[in-house]
Amino acid sequence: MSETNETIKPVVGLEIHVELATATKMFCRCRNRFGDPPNTHVCPVCIGMPGVLPVMNRQAVEYAMKVGLALHCTVAGFTKWDRKSYYYPDLPKNYQISQYDLPLSADGFLEVPLPDGTTRKIRVRRAHLEEDAGKNIHDKASHTGVDLNRAGVPLLEIVSEPDMNAVEEVLAYARAMQRLVRWLGVSEANMQMGHMRFEPNINLHITRGGRTFKTPICEVKNLNSFRALERTVAYEIQRQHAEWQANPEGYSIDKVGKENRGYDDEAGVTVFQREKEEAHDYRYFPDPDLAPVLVSDEWRGGLAAQIGELPLARRARYMERYALSFKEADALTQDAPTGDLLDTAVTDGADAKRCANLLLGRGAAIANDRGYSIAEVGVTAGQLAELAKMLSGGEVNATAADKIFVKLAETGGSPRQVAEAEGLLAVSDAGQISAWVDQAIAANPKAVEDVRSGGKSQKKAFGFLMGQVMRLSGGAAAPAEVQRLLQQKLGS
Amino acid sequence: MSKTIDLDLVRHIGKLSRIALSEQEVGTFAAQLAGILEYFGKLQELDTEGVEPMAHAVQLHNVLADDTPGESLTPEQALANAPDRDGDFFKVPKVIGDSQ
Repeated sequence: MSETNETIKPVVGLEIHVELATATKMFCRCRNRFGDPPNTHVCPVCIGMPGVLPVMNRQAVEYAMKVGLALHCTVAGFTKWDRKSYYYPDLPKNYQISQYDLPLSADGFLEVPLPDGTTRKIRVRRAHLEEDAGKNIHDKASHTGVDLNRAGVPLLEIVSEPDMNAVEEVLAYARAMQRLVRWLGVSEANMQMGHMRFEPNINLHITRGGRTFKTPICEVKNLNSFRALERTVAYEIQRQHAEWQANPEGYSIDKVGKENRGYDDEAGVTVFQREKEEAHDYRYFPDPDLAPVLVSDEWRGGLAAQIGELPLARRARYMERYALSFKEADALTQDAPTGDLLDTAVTDGADAKRCANLLLGRGAAIANDRGYSIAEVGVTAGQLAELAKMLSGGEVNATAADKIFVKLAETGGSPRQVAEAEGLLAVSDAGQISAWVDQAIAANPKAVEDVRSGGKSQKKAFGFLMGQVMRLSGGAAAPAEVQRLLQQKLGS
Repeated sequence: MSKTIDLDLVRHIGKLSRIALSEQEVGTFAAQLAGILEYFGKLQELDTEGVEPMAHAVQLHNVLADDTPGESLTPEQALANAPDRDGDFFKVPKVIGDSQ
């Protein structure tokens, strides 16, 4: 049997947990805040005291509905909460409030931009609300410390269909989901703060000699970075193939079923996890403390109306209407506020391409340095529009515009004031430029000769003289005027 | 109710609930649970064809709170009933990983 006739198709589904950016927790009014001292945002409800009454956070329901709507899901007219029973120190009630048989959202999809520029539709099976658990601190050898600040924070679990067939697709889907929830303003989706966690389900469909073999589905829990997700899926594809090759009849979904594996970040591998046989006996039942939620058409419609244009639609619009490249349009639609900056500046009458250049030049550089979005650099749409107009009008050149942009990000003010204060306004006074042109001509007889003789070095020599004039002006001369006067004086 | 209560089921439930049961208790509870189930089994006689399953015992819905922060406990209050503590953390026997 020839190895070359073997085809391997990875089949991956992904569960994504997204922490919602509400001000308070899901069932009590303790703050939903990361990074504070342990057990400072806790109350009888979220630490599981007996006799308390949880009350559902309206904002959490609405955030979850927005995501469902943006994922083209059916948002249920009737939804309820269930108790999922298990014992763990970070789960003080000994059950987690979740949604079992009637999730808020089901049967949707996300259009995912792939690295090659195409898009792929990944189906979403369901998206339900549940509460997060607390945090176990394992830094002591003798015991575990428990911080319940995170216990009860609203969590949206988004479950995809097994529609992804490559590492790149899994990553693209995860990134698109991060972009979407940020876009909707329902989560900061900050990986360092644990706002997004991944659980891939991975197996292989291997065809050899006309037969299809399916390896056991492996679920890897609790991945909290894109890197971990990428390495896990890549590792599993290779590991499952090797295990299957060693035992093609035995290592199959029919014989082994499902395996749980954990990711070891240091080694970059996944390791088998034995589960107690009763681990999945969660004994779900409807939570008697929480009333069901009825979603009216008006409520649903009102939230749908708030969603507006989604990232991919906006990207397409930028390419069509603003004539931006795919790369430019993509970079400007990573988050809604950055795109809003551009749109507002264009509405103010600025040229879209010039605005895009400013945002993606200095803007992106500053944003990168500081680890935040272009919109967060702090330059407003009004400042951007004014600066772009000054560029278009030849009042500042590109170098000066960059300097002004940086200054605006640092200290604010109006672009014109900054340009004046910093001496960055372009000099278009013909007398002044004429003097610089004369000076450059006098100092560079060889270049002048090359231009006048009209040989093959004419163009290069002219460019050299342009550069000399710009240098004499300290970068302030208006290039169009320099060019005009140089041509006049050299008779070229 | 198709499921019958046998001793193994009681042991299983005890394990899930983290309750240590003596063999004598397993026998006692098996009989008691069977009795309770049999009693509720009477409900099986009702014709529920076309009746919506009940999700909740009270006819309330959309009991929702505004997302406005309120009072929390101090760590001191929160930890007051804890059997053991390590600084402001609840102290528990060594476990590995997180639950989810």
